[in-house]
Order: sequence, then structure tokens, then C-alpha cells
Amino acid sequence: MSMDHLVRIVEKEYLKENIPEVRPGDTVKLHLKVKEGGRERTQVFQGIVIALRGSGLSRTITVRRIASGGIGVERIVPIHSPVLEKIEVVRKGKVRRAKLYYLRNIKGKIKIKERR
Amino acid sequence: MKMIIGRKIGMTQIYDEDGNAVPVTVIKAGPCVVVQKRTPENDGYSAVQLGFEEIPEKKVNKPMLGHFKKAGVNPVRILKEFRVDNVDEYEVGQTIDVSVFQPGDVVDVTGWSKGRGFAGAMKRWGFRGGPKSHGSKFHRMLGSVGQHTEPSKIFKGKKMPGRYGNERVTIRNLKVVKVDPENNLIVVKGGVPGARGGLLLIRSAKAPKIRKGEE
Repeated sequence: MSMDHLVRIVEKEYLKENIPEVRPGDTVKLHLKVKEGGRERTQVFQGIVIALRGSGLSRTITVRRIASGGIGVERIVPIHSPVLEKIEVVRKGKVRRAKLYYLRNIKGKIKIKERR
Repeated sequence: MKMIIGRKIGMTQIYDEDGNAVPVTVIKAGPCVVVQKRTPENDGYSAVQLGFEEIPEKKVNKPMLGHFKKAGVNPVRILKEFRVDNVDEYEVGQTIDVSVFQPGDVVDVTGWSKGRGFAGAMKRWGFRGGPKSHGSKFHRMLGSVGQHTEPSKIFKGKKMPGRYGNERVTIRNLKVVKVDPENNLIVVKGGVPGARGGLLLIRSAKAPKIRKGEE
């Protein structure tokens, strides 16, 4: 039994099942648990997936949205974190690279073709 | 006093209930077998000798084989002694596995740090070195090593380049996060000395102290 395999055994218990297939360019809704003054509520963050990084338990998703006032906001969330309750794919996008960092430099409307 | 011998498997991260990522080290530990007891009457101190990693008989030389035969245990690769307060709690031939530990226990982990060979003063002692550019010709050297005519010698123990690493290091007060007796795995919060596959000695903490940021 390889050493890496033993690490996987430990990680397995913390992995989430049934995570939808998400690709860069997709528009998603992240349902995030937020603690506010002892109270817990769910906050939804909608935006475009510009990067997926890492593997296994430490995989993260980077989602970018344009907030009010035209300010770009990016959130990096570990996919298997208990803070992330749910990922919802709103729209599938067709893009030709894995990391969409170029979107940060686009002025005006971001156009991404729909994937079928 | 709880103790076990293990090998470092690797590091990963897990999440606690609040969603914080916790860095952890996975250790494959035990099962260990008690090979010998050291008693105050016989040896002047009390300790138990634990064996780890069984090996075939043909790999053992005759004097060692006699030692194992006497204890009535299978030959093992690693033998290590652990000081205990009372040896009567242990029996020769008794096996110890990871289930002696529980999540939440605080342990000291001893290992042998990665050997770095002949290392300079910057790596070995954290000296700052000199400027890298702007015409500087003084980059990674250690600077002055002493005074002049008085004392006209370099003091013993002066921090200088030399062999670094490959020494016994103990990390104290690591919290046990998870124990998996089925796969002989124990998971502790934080890092432990040495490379992956390196030998580790795990004991319950000598002076338990709750680390910063834990309840």
C-alpha cells in the first residue's frame, strides 16, 4: 500500500459526494454559510468560475462577479469546505482555456458562449 | 504514559466544523510489541522496549534472534525504549496499537530531521547575509567571527557553517485529530520532523499545554 494511498484514506471521510460538474467559464451560485453575531445564515454568491485549482480535499474554486459600482469581487472557496453548502450551475460556458484570468482586464461586458 | 512507534506518511489538510482548514500529518503507527522490560532492580531504571515492523527470521542475526526468542515474539526491524513510571503495567509479548490514543489527546512526537549536509550560516543559523546587488561582493557569508588581539581567538560555539539536520528533534504538544485502528493510522495537527517514511516516536505529552488558538 503506497504512502499516498494512506493519506487518501484519511481524506476520504472529509470529501463531499455529489458535487456537480463545474468547469471554468460556468456561471455558478455558491451557497455559503455565514456566521453573524452568533446567528448562522446562507449567503449566495453568483459569478463566473475563472479557475479551479488543486486536487482532492484541497481543491478550490475561484468565482468572480462584478459587484455594484463595477467593482470586481473574487471569492476563492475550498470545494470540500463545510462552509460551502451547495454549488449550483446556472449556465454552462464554453471557453478555450483553464484559467480565465484575462477576464480581470476586460472593460465592459463579458461575453461567454453557452456550452451544450 | 502512552507511546507507540510509527512512520511519517505525509501531510494534508482537513476541515473543522467552522470550515477552517487544519494542517495535519498522517502517521502510520504500530502495532508494536513489548520485547523487554527494564526494571530498577535489574537495570537501574524503568522502561519498556517496543518493537516495530516485523521482519522474516532470516534477516536477523543470531544474537538478536536469541533476544526475540527469549521474549517469544516475532523478529522486528526497530527496537526502541520508552521510559515509563511503572513497568508492571506492561507484559512482554503484549501488543500496543494506535487505539491507545484518542482524538483530543496531546502528544510529543520525536523524529530525525531532514539532513541538509554541509550548510552555510544563512540556512543553518538564519543569518541575513549581504546585499545581492548594487555592486555588493558580500552575498551569503557570515560576517565577523570575533574581535582582535584581545581575545585573539574565536569563541567556542560560534555559529558557523557545518553539518545541519539529521538530528533528533522533538515537537511537543501536538493534538491528536483522528485515530484509525483499522489502518493503523494516527493523525496529528501540525508538522512533525523528518522526511516521509521517517521513523517517529509518539508519546503522550510530558508537559501538556494547550496551544494558541485551541480551546
